[in-house]
Amino acid sequence: MPTEIKHPKPYSDWETRAFWEGIRRHEILLQRCADCSAVQHRPRAICATCLSSRVEVFEASGRGTVHTYTVTHQNQAPAFRGAVPYVLAYVDLPEGVRVLTNIVGCEPGEVQIGMDVVVDFKDLDAETAVPRFRPA
Amino acid sequence: MSLSGKVALAGVYEHPARWAPDKTDWQIMAESARGALEDCGLEKGDVDGLLAAGLGMGGLGLIQLSEYLDLKPRFVDGTNIGGSSFVAHVNHAAAAIHAGLCEVALILYGSTAASNAMAIGTGGQAGREPSAAFVSPYGLTTVGGYAMAAQLHMRRYGTTSEQLAQIAVQTRKHASLNPAAKMQKPITIEDVLASRVISDPLHLLDCCIISDGGGALVVTSTERARDLRKRPVRLLGCGEAVWHQETGSPDLLTIAARQSGERAFEMAGLTPREIDLAMVYDSFTITVLLTLENLGFCKPGEGGPFVEGERLSRTGELPLNLDGGGLSSNHPGMRGIFLVIEAVKQLRGESGPRQVADPSLALVHGTGGLLTTQHSGATLVLGSD
Repeated sequence: MPTEIKHPKPYSDWETRAFWEGIRRHEILLQRCADCSAVQHRPRAICATCLSSRVEVFEASGRGTVHTYTVTHQNQAPAFRGAVPYVLAYVDLPEGVRVLTNIVGCEPGEVQIGMDVVVDFKDLDAETAVPRFRPA
Repeated sequence: MSLSGKVALAGVYEHPARWAPDKTDWQIMAESARGALEDCGLEKGDVDGLLAAGLGMGGLGLIQLSEYLDLKPRFVDGTNIGGSSFVAHVNHAAAAIHAGLCEVALILYGSTAASNAMAIGTGGQAGREPSAAFVSPYGLTTVGGYAMAAQLHMRRYGTTSEQLAQIAVQTRKHASLNPAAKMQKPITIEDVLASRVISDPLHLLDCCIISDGGGALVVTSTERARDLRKRPVRLLGCGEAVWHQETGSPDLLTIAARQSGERAFEMAGLTPREIDLAMVYDSFTITVLLTLENLGFCKPGEGGPFVEGERLSRTGELPLNLDGGGLSSNHPGMRGIFLVIEAVKQLRGESGPRQVADPSLALVHGTGGLLTTQHSGATLVLGSD
């Protein structure tokens, strides 16, 4: 029986801290440019579309659809070695960005492209959580 | 004035090592340099441009390499955009030579990836730096990045595992004609499908091997190359691109090859239809299929039917990866340099049992990085003189 993924702890710096603090509160915070309205992820200090510094944060709905995925059967890294098979996926968020994640809460064989999913926060410790997705 | 045709590959050398626990990366690069200089009849003292990239080359790698070889180049380039780096280096060397920044450029690669037991494809993309935080919690592997492209292609276009396997089968057939190839025993589509799944839908035999190895290229002006030992192979067109998952949701099946290929064909004044053979980076079978689509050898979505049958064989319509590729010959972490080496040997008619009949135009395309996250592409159109 595979064990659950021991998600390596995400490290943050000042550009990404607000995102990870949001995740700890179980909120997905995306960025929108106050000048050109572009939505972006992963978070950064400038708008990658127009280079404006007026980047604002907003909360995503937590819903999404599976854009593509793979059932991983081999990963030598200690955190993942015992967790195979696990599902690595890109999920499209309706807010206009795509995120890399794991699909949990179902058998790997049940995951399909186009499947509706919702965020599933995994608390790693009191300070850190990781957003994954599960079938809606 | 266009660069097209002005610069040539004068010397090439592929290091025969596939397993070299008794060698260092530097040593493989130096032995390859010696081989490529001998190939064209130039001396070390003629070299005034040095280009290299490597898995273990840090920020000062070019300085260390210059010291190791006791070279004092007046043009250096350590561009590292993954496995395609050496294809891009040809582009950069050509521009430098054309602009008069150097006359003879040496491009080097050497690696002991296999004897150092590097889990390149399945080691996980980890790291403590904050930029890795959006990847490392989820267990992205190199093969996983490519597998997600394969999954999407299958869903969107109905591409099958059998069609992808055909690429591995054909490449192995070519490897069986290359005495230096690491894997020479012919395989069938059934063998590929029966091999274990590494990252669905890619099987073990859809993935490149891991070997040691290295190689060298000598680039100079076509004019100077004509006075050297071997018939020059001219650079007719080149292009490069970096591609990434940025702020929006770009199409994952439109890859860097689209941009670099368009530029290379435009510079050469040629179309894919005119190409006699292709050397395409085959980290995975899906890499080849997507590259052929994006370079315009077939339409998007038609890659599956395109690679069926004998089309990619040595005697087919588009002979591909004649050395046996990364799938079967060698893949020491980065393999862009071997694409150029084999293309040059083919255009010179030096490839022995695996020689394509009288080719005059070759296409080289390298892919670096991970196809669905961040990757690079570099394309060359090469022609015999």
